[in-house]
Amino acid sequence: MAPISSTLPAVSTAVSPVPGSAPARSRSADRRRSLDRLGDGALYCVCALAALLAVATLVGVAYLVVHGAGPAISKFGLGFVTDTEWQPTFGAFGAGTVLFGTLVSSFFALLLGAPIAISIGLYLSLLAPKGLRTAISPLVEMLAAIPSVILGFWGLIVLAPFVQKNVEPWLHDKLGFIPLFGPPQTTGLSVFTASLILTIMVIPIVASISRDLFLAVPRDVQDGASALGATRWEVVRGVVLPSTASGVVAASLLGLGRALGEAIAVAQVIGAGTQINASLFETGDTLAARIANQFPGAITEMHQASLFYLGAILLAIGLISNVCAQWIGRRFDYQRGAAR
Amino acid sequence: MSDASFDPAAPLAPSGNLRRRRAFSRIAEYGATAAALAAVGVLGIVIFGVAVHGASAISLDFLLKGSPDGIGPELVGTAEIVAIATLIAAPVGILLALYLTEFGNSRLASWIKLTLDLMNGLPSIIVGLFVFGLIVKATHKQSGFAGSVALAIIMLPVIARGTIEILLLVPSSLREAADALGVSRWRTVLGVILPSALGGILTSTVLAVARAAGETAPLLLLCSVYDPSQVTLNPFEALPNIPTTIFRLSEEASPEGFTQAWGAGLVLLTFIMVASIGARILLARSRSKMAQ
Repeated sequence: MAPISSTLPAVSTAVSPVPGSAPARSRSADRRRSLDRLGDGALYCVCALAALLAVATLVGVAYLVVHGAGPAISKFGLGFVTDTEWQPTFGAFGAGTVLFGTLVSSFFALLLGAPIAISIGLYLSLLAPKGLRTAISPLVEMLAAIPSVILGFWGLIVLAPFVQKNVEPWLHDKLGFIPLFGPPQTTGLSVFTASLILTIMVIPIVASISRDLFLAVPRDVQDGASALGATRWEVVRGVVLPSTASGVVAASLLGLGRALGEAIAVAQVIGAGTQINASLFETGDTLAARIANQFPGAITEMHQASLFYLGAILLAIGLISNVCAQWIGRRFDYQRGAAR
Repeated sequence: MSDASFDPAAPLAPSGNLRRRRAFSRIAEYGATAAALAAVGVLGIVIFGVAVHGASAISLDFLLKGSPDGIGPELVGTAEIVAIATLIAAPVGILLALYLTEFGNSRLASWIKLTLDLMNGLPSIIVGLFVFGLIVKATHKQSGFAGSVALAIIMLPVIARGTIEILLLVPSSLREAADALGVSRWRTVLGVILPSALGGILTSTVLAVARAAGETAPLLLLCSVYDPSQVTLNPFEALPNIPTTIFRLSEEASPEGFTQAWGAGLVLLTFIMVASIGARILLARSRSKMAQ
């Protein structure tokens, strides 16, 4: 920050009219002008370089991850994506199991989390008294600040045994006829527990974005609906939600992206299973969690390349969901643009 | 209507359908309130759990000594990794924000904004893989510096977004005043715009630090094989750090290890909570000051 203090006096001398000899003034003015031209150019170049660096980083991420997966891509091809075999000692690799686990755990996290998060957004924007809103909003966002390794450790020690003793038997009792809710296993480490942890991570993201969306809905439209006799719920159902639907979908997609990419917390509670199971209460594994679990111990080149291949698949899914979120958010959100 | 006993309140009393609609609305309100309470409750339960389990592990020895007694080297290592990451990410993030707010009035700017959004959504393990391919593969060893680069990539969009937001709040009258006095662009930026936005830039940097300090996935790939018994300062060696320690201890499943992991978790969580609450308070204050 040194340049700021050093340029401040320069600014003040530049603007104060100097009652001196005319030639001296014009010479210093010339110098200043050329310095300014140099400074403007330099600042522009440095800023543009920073912007280019960000773009280059993103391109570099995509290139190096695919490059690292090279050997696995050339050996297994696209069949890798659906192949369910994963036996590092025999050199057999396939992403089917973890891809399944990723999609299932993230889907359930979103299924549980999105309605709760949208309700929180509605509460914070329309229902809560002002004092409570300013108290609860940061608390909900605080949930996102908990490091995933701590949330995962809490899930491992506290949540998993609780789920295994209380929640899973109850669900199996009531809904056991659906294959999703099979008999509980011994440890509580399961796809179900992982989904719950992911739900906790998805909620603050979706809640804070949807709160901002709902706050931007013009007040007079809501008042108009109320004046026509709509109840509070009918205002939400008929005015607030339809005018923000695209934004809410975009927010959910962002939350989904977060759930898909979470590695550490999932690795701690999902139990590193190697099979596809119909029951949510069995162990499983996800793309990110398998990379986190096995990468530090991957010795053979093919094992490492296969983990990079998993990363490339994860990157592709993550980018697609993110680009969709941005596209939907920008394409359809004319109301938001008008409100701001 | 022709009835003699006229009751002005009668038509206003809810009946039948209206009563049902109101009841449904009430239920929806209770549901939304319950959802908000549940989120706050989960936050409380997690923090309470970490505090209760971690408190028994905390002592002066635990904070200062090396393994197996404490996490001193990990504290130093995490501080160093995050500090280097901040030194990389903050200048780039601020310059990037300046480019978008001061110079970028083109289609290029919207592409760069999209880049920032995509970077923000990049899974941290992917960033770890990228830096592994970039640095660790080339140097054939893990290092704290590689971890710093990964954390810098994670911090960059947070800093850039916060700075953009605060730069847009700088009153245009300041800019116009500088223009009217014939001040050149770069002097305006360095002498007027940045100083008035400094508070907001600092707080968004602190928020980014709070986010990066707990990142585990990249460090697991880049900086996880270290000697936890003594302090390491050279950033080109693998530095001991708290997140990977917690992860390793949670995988080992021994009771003493769990106690240490709770303790380390409490230290990390306390730092992150204090940093992000403090930053939020400052941010709200500087934002309301600039909005005046």
